Amino acid sequence: MHIPDGFLNVATAAATYAASGASVAYAARRTGAQLSDRQVPLMGVSAAFIFAAQMLNFHVVAGTSGHLLGGALVAILLGPWAGMLVMTSVLAVQALLFQDGGLLALGANVLNMAVVGVLVGYVAYRGLSRLLGRGRLGLYAAGFAAGWLSVVVASLFAAAELALSGTAAWQVVVPAMGGVHALIGIGEGLITVGVLVFLSAARPDLVRLANREVTS
Amino acid sequence: MKARWWLAGLGIALVLVLLSPLASPDPDGLERVAENHGFIERALEPVYQLIPDYVFPGISDERLATVAAGAVGVLAVFAVTWGAASLLGRARSRDGADPHR
Repeated sequence: MHIPDGFLNVATAAATYAASGASVAYAARRTGAQLSDRQVPLMGVSAAFIFAAQMLNFHVVAGTSGHLLGGALVAILLGPWAGMLVMTSVLAVQALLFQDGGLLALGANVLNMAVVGVLVGYVAYRGLSRLLGRGRLGLYAAGFAAGWLSVVVASLFAAAELALSGTAAWQVVVPAMGGVHALIGIGEGLITVGVLVFLSAARPDLVRLANREVTS
Repeated sequence: MKARWWLAGLGIALVLVLLSPLASPDPDGLERVAENHGFIERALEPVYQLIPDYVFPGISDERLATVAAGAVGVLAVFAVTWGAASLLGRARSRDGADPHR
């Protein structure tokens, strides 16, 4: 859901730049204050993985594809602040190097996918894993729901920005974006859980690190 | 292995890139909505193009060009994120919050 230039008006582009700029600056301060030596390479690897996974569009319905966004996944593994920075750097490289997502729309794309997607994924995962208990299945169910919800809410933010810009009518773009991303979100949830299952087997220390915060 | 565990993670990302020629070429959710509801033509051409559409320019085989673009992207994103994160870490030690790092 990378918004290209031309879809947003100046006011919306400026407002979303301000909101995401302030959020990323706050995330940088919070991350810097609690960064451990191990987290630096983990952030690099996570960003590399998210970028690669975003290239792998999967079939959703006739003539439509979706791909992982990864906001919930990085929120679960790295926490919301480092996760936000990882997503921001992926989106910035995609816009600057690959012309995927506009330069004027970068603020909106960061707001939707790096700020909203990560925060929604984090809050949903924490809340649900408390509710569902510390069992493995509960954590996977929470991971799936967090992935799904992060994509759907991010798409509703994108829809709102398009409507505020006068590009599409509210009553058209909100259900259209929410509907197609409710399907794409299933893929997001499945991949999120798949990575969590893989990591619990290959690097249980990383997942334990993420869950200690949740279950304590 | 232990000291270079992140190399394994980077390797996994590069293996995923090898799969990218198999990805669905269909428009994504936003593009589908923009086409269905008649605002796709509002999209502006980028002001400059380096590696547009994840196809590395100058490579005639499109699958190879996609993999090359993906590999460049993985390494760029990895380097940018690592660099930014270690700058944040260094800023902290300069502040004296943790002088032993």
